[in-house]
Amino acid sequence: MAKDILEKPESFYKVFERKSGSNKLTSHYCPGCGHGVIHKLIAEAMDEFGIGNRSVFISPVGCSVFAYYYFDCGNIQAPHGRAPAVATGVKRALPDSIVVSYQGDGDLAGIGGNEILHAANRGENITVFFVNNAIYGMTGSQMAPTTLIGQKTTTTPYGRSVKNEGYPIKVCELLSSLEAPVYLERVAITDAKNVMKARKAIRKGLQNQVEGKGFSLIEILSPCPTGWGVKPVEAKKWVEEVLAKNFQLGVIKDKTAEAVPEVIEQKKFTSEEISKILGASKNGSDFLYDKPDVKTNYQNPRIKISGFGGQGILFLGQLLSQSAMRSGYHTTWLPSYGPEMRGGTANCHVIISNNRIGSPLVTETDVLFAMNLPSLDKFENDVRKDGLILVNSSLINRNVKRNDVEVLYVPATELADEVGNTKATNLVMLGAYAAKSKIFSHDCVLFTANETVKRKEFLKVNEEAFRKGMEYVLNNKQKENKEYDSVIFN
Amino acid sequence: MSELNLEMVNEDPNPVKKKHNARVEIDGELCKECLLCIEVCAPDVLKVSESLNKMGYHPVEYIGDGCTGCGVCFYVCPEPGVIRVFKKNKVA
Amino acid sequence: MKLFLKGNEAVISGAILAGCKAYYGYPITPASEIAETAAKYFPLVGGTFLQAESEIGAINMCYGAASTGQRVMTASSGPGLSLKQEGISYAAGSELPIVIVDIMRGGPGLGNIAPEQSDYNQMVKGGGHGNYKLIVLAPNCVQEMCDLAILAFELADKYRNPVAILTDGFIGQMMEPVELPKPVENIPAKNWKVGGDAETKKNLISSIYLDFDELEEHNIKLQTKYMKVEESEVRFEEIHTEDAEIILIGYGIVARILQSVIEEARAEGIKAGLLRPISLFPFPKKKINQLANKAKLFFVCEMSNGQMVDDVRLALNGKKPVKFYGRMGGVVPTTQEILNKLRVLDASLQNEDSFADQLTDSYLKI
Ligand SMILES: Cc1ncc(C[n+]2csc(CCOP(=O)(O)OP(=O)(O)O)c2C)c(N)n1
Ligand code: SF4
Ligand code: SF4
Ligand code: SF4
Ligand SMILES: [Mg+2]
Repeated sequence: MAKDILEKPESFYKVFERKSGSNKLTSHYCPGCGHGVIHKLIAEAMDEFGIGNRSVFISPVGCSVFAYYYFDCGNIQAPHGRAPAVATGVKRALPDSIVVSYQGDGDLAGIGGNEILHAANRGENITVFFVNNAIYGMTGSQMAPTTLIGQKTTTTPYGRSVKNEGYPIKVCELLSSLEAPVYLERVAITDAKNVMKARKAIRKGLQNQVEGKGFSLIEILSPCPTGWGVKPVEAKKWVEEVLAKNFQLGVIKDKTAEAVPEVIEQKKFTSEEISKILGASKNGSDFLYDKPDVKTNYQNPRIKISGFGGQGILFLGQLLSQSAMRSGYHTTWLPSYGPEMRGGTANCHVIISNNRIGSPLVTETDVLFAMNLPSLDKFENDVRKDGLILVNSSLINRNVKRNDVEVLYVPATELADEVGNTKATNLVMLGAYAAKSKIFSHDCVLFTANETVKRKEFLKVNEEAFRKGMEYVLNNKQKENKEYDSVIFN
Repeated sequence: MSELNLEMVNEDPNPVKKKHNARVEIDGELCKECLLCIEVCAPDVLKVSESLNKMGYHPVEYIGDGCTGCGVCFYVCPEPGVIRVFKKNKVA
Repeated sequence: MKLFLKGNEAVISGAILAGCKAYYGYPITPASEIAETAAKYFPLVGGTFLQAESEIGAINMCYGAASTGQRVMTASSGPGLSLKQEGISYAAGSELPIVIVDIMRGGPGLGNIAPEQSDYNQMVKGGGHGNYKLIVLAPNCVQEMCDLAILAFELADKYRNPVAILTDGFIGQMMEPVELPKPVENIPAKNWKVGGDAETKKNLISSIYLDFDELEEHNIKLQTKYMKVEESEVRFEEIHTEDAEIILIGYGIVARILQSVIEEARAEGIKAGLLRPISLFPFPKKKINQLANKAKLFFVCEMSNGQMVDDVRLALNGKKPVKFYGRMGGVVPTTQEILNKLRVLDASLQNEDSFADQLTDSYLKI
C-alpha cells in the first residue's frame, strides 16, 4: 500500500510539548544529525505496524536522551547504558508491549557494554537501535568505543591509537557470536539508497518483535556533523566513504526465518493458591503439641551445637527449633555461615524459650552438643555451671574436664551405624537430648522430622536413630547422677 | 508497505524532462539548512531561500516545478515535519 | 499456621504476599538465599525471577518493571548496593516504587561476609547522587522480614518512592517461626505508569528536568514528600522506657542483643530501656527527644563505626549526653560486653560523679 503523501509520521507527537523553549515543532538535534532521520524511520515503521499504543520507547543518555520529546507512545528515560536492562524489566512485565531500546555508541558499547551483551544473550524479545556515530556527541566530541583509528576527538587530540585506546568495537560482529540474537544488521544514513535500506532494517527489527521472534539489533552508522566538525553534507559523505568502509554494511546475522515465536501465558493466582504455594496452608500442622513439664534446670535452654560439616549440625539445630515451635515455644536458630562452614567445622545456636527471645546468639551456653573433639575443646568452657554437655563419645575420646556441669556421653555415631546410617548421628543426639530434657514430646520431634526431611527414604532411619538415642538415655539411668564428677566415660 | 520509495530512487535517469504530477511542501520555519535534501534531489528542484527563518537559517524551498514525488528528500531530512511530499498533485 | 523460615526466605514470602511479581538480582553472600528463594517461588506464582548480569543490571531491570507499575524487588549486600546506587538515584528521581533489600556485611571493599551495620549511611542518607531519600525499614526478626516486606511495597506505592529493607547477615541467616499474613488483595492503581496501552501512553518516566526552576520544583516536591513520610511513617518499638534513666538505642540484630542486655540490667536494678527504630528513615527523632525529658543518658550500639548515632545526636541536639559503642568487621557484640559497658555508665550516673562525662563519647571497643 503506497502512501500518496509522505509527511510527519503519526507516531510522532503533533507538537513536541515536552521540549523546552518556544519551538515545539523542530527536533533538538543539530542540522544534518543522523538521529533525526533514524527517528523518522522508526516512527514511520511504528505507524505501519499500528503499535503506537503498545510501544514503550526507552531513551538513553546521549544526544537522543530526549527521544521522549518525539515518540507518541509510552516513554522511559534510562540511566546511561542501562536501556537494555530497563527494556528487560519492561518486556518481562508487559510481554505484549513493543519495547525499543535506542542507544548511542558510548551508551551501548561503552558504559553499557555488559547490559547489551546480556540482553542479547538472553534473546530478549526487544528491538535495539544502535546509533553509531563514532563519537560522544552529547558531551562534546570525545572518543567513543567505535571511534576509528587515527580519528581525532577531544580526548584523542592526536588521533585514536591502537596502542593507547585499542581498536574500534564492532558491535554487530561481537553479538553475532552469541546464540540467541535473531537479527543483526548494520546500515548507514547516507544516500537515498542506504537510507531506504536502513528503513527496511528498522521495520524488520520491529516486525520481529511484533511476531515474538526475539532479539534484533540494527546498528546505524549515523552522521554527527557537529561532533566531527564538518558540514552535514560532508558528514554524510564521511559515513559513506570512511565509516562504512570500516564497519561492514549489511546483514551480520539473520535467523528470522527459523525463529519460533515464543508464546507467553500469564496465569492469575488466587490468594488461597498463593498462600498454599508459600507453604502457609499445609493441612493438619496447625495444632501444637503439649509442652511437657520441664525441670527448671532444663528450661529456656540456650543451645550450641558444634561438629564438623557433614554431621548434620545445622539440620539438628533446625529440628530442635522446629520441634520447639510446634510445642508453642519461642525459638531461634542461628548458623555460622560462609567460609567458616567450608573450613570443615559447623556450629549453630538454638534458643528455646517461654519468653520472647532477645539475642539469638549463644555465648553463655546451657546445653552444648559436642559432636567432635575440636567442638568440645572450643566450647566446653562456655557452658554455664550446672549446664549440660552432650558428648558424642564415638568420636571424642576424652572426658569433659569440668566437674560443675552435667555430662551425657552418647556413642552417637556407633548407634547411628547400628541403624545403618552414620549420617543419622545427629538424630541419635537429638533423641538423647529429648529424653534427657523432656522439653518436647517425642511425637512432636518425629512429626517435625517428618515435616522437614526432604528425602523420605531417610525418614525411617531417622526415626530409628532418634529412638536409639532416646532409649540409650532412658536405659542408662546411672547417667542422671547429681555428682557430675562421677560420670563414667564409656 | 511496498518498497516503493526504494524503487523510485532508481526510477528515472533523467526525470526533469518528464511531466510529473507531484509536488513538495517545505515549512521553512522548521528547516535547519542542512542541505541534505538538495543533495539528493535528482531533478534539482530544491534551493536555499534568501530569507531567514526564526531559528536563523536560510530555509530550503521548492522552485515550484519539476518534483517527481520520489520522496527522497523526505527521508534524508532529519527534521520530523519540514517536508511533505505529494506524490500526486493533490491539495492536502 | 507457623512456618520455620530464614530471614532471607521470609522476605520473599512477604514480597509475594504483597503482590510482588518480579525479582531481579545478582548473588552475594549473605543475601544469596533471597535470590534462591525468589528463584524457587516467583515462577510458581506466575512472576519473573531473573539473575541479572550484575547489580547494575538488576536495579535497572527493576527500574523498567517498576515503570510499568509492577511491584518489583531486588536484594543484595554492601558491594552490590554500592553498584545499585546509580539506579536507586534514578528511581528516586523518577519516583519509582522499588523494594531493595540490603543484608549488610563487613566492609569497606570486599570486607567479609559477616554481619555489619556499615551501610546505614549509604542507605539512609541517600547513597547515590542528588537530594533524595529512601524509606528505610529495619527488621530485627524473621517475622518482621516478612511483615516489613509487605509494608515496604505498600509504602513504596503510597509515596512513589524506593524503599529499602536494611538488615544484617544475622537476621538474614537466622531462622524463626513466622506466621504468614494473608496475601494483599488490593494493589493501588497507578495512573502514572507506562503500561504499554492507550490509557498510559501519554506517560513518561524520567528524572530529567532541564530547567533550573523545574528541577528545583521537582526537588521541593520530593522534599515535601519526605516530610510527609516523616510525619506519618515513623515506626519504633520501646521496651521498659517508661522509667528508664538510660535509653539504649539499636536496630536489627543489635536491638535483639540490647533486649537481652536490658532484661539482665533490670534484674540488677539498672533502670535501662530500649528504643528500637523500625523505620530508619523516617527516624524516630521526636520520640528520642521526648524520651530525653526523663532519661539522663542515651547509649547507642551499632555494628559500625557509628553511623546511626549521628541521627540520635541530631535528634537530641545536645539535650542529653550520648554514648556510643560499636563493633566492626563482623564482630557481633555479646550481651555481656554491652552489659559491662552499661554498668559503668549506670554507676557513674548513680554516683553523680560525672564519670559518664569523662568517658569518651564514642569508642569502638572496650
Ligand atoms: C554515568 C554517566 N557517565 C557519563 C555521563 C556523561 N555522558 C552523557 S552522554 C555521554 C556520551 C554519549 O555518547 P553516545 O552514547 O555515543 O551518544 P551520542 O550523543 O553520540 O548520540 C556521556 C559520557 C552520564 N550522563 N552518565
Ligand atoms: S552532536 Fe552530533 S549526534 Fe548530537 S545532535 Fe549534534 S549532530 Fe547529532
Ligand atoms: S520528492 Fe523531493 S527529492 Fe524527490 S523530486 Fe521532489 S523535491 Fe526532489
Ligand atoms: S533536509 Fe530538511 S532541514 Fe535539511 S535543509 Fe532540507 S528541509 Fe531543511
Ligand atoms: Mg555517539
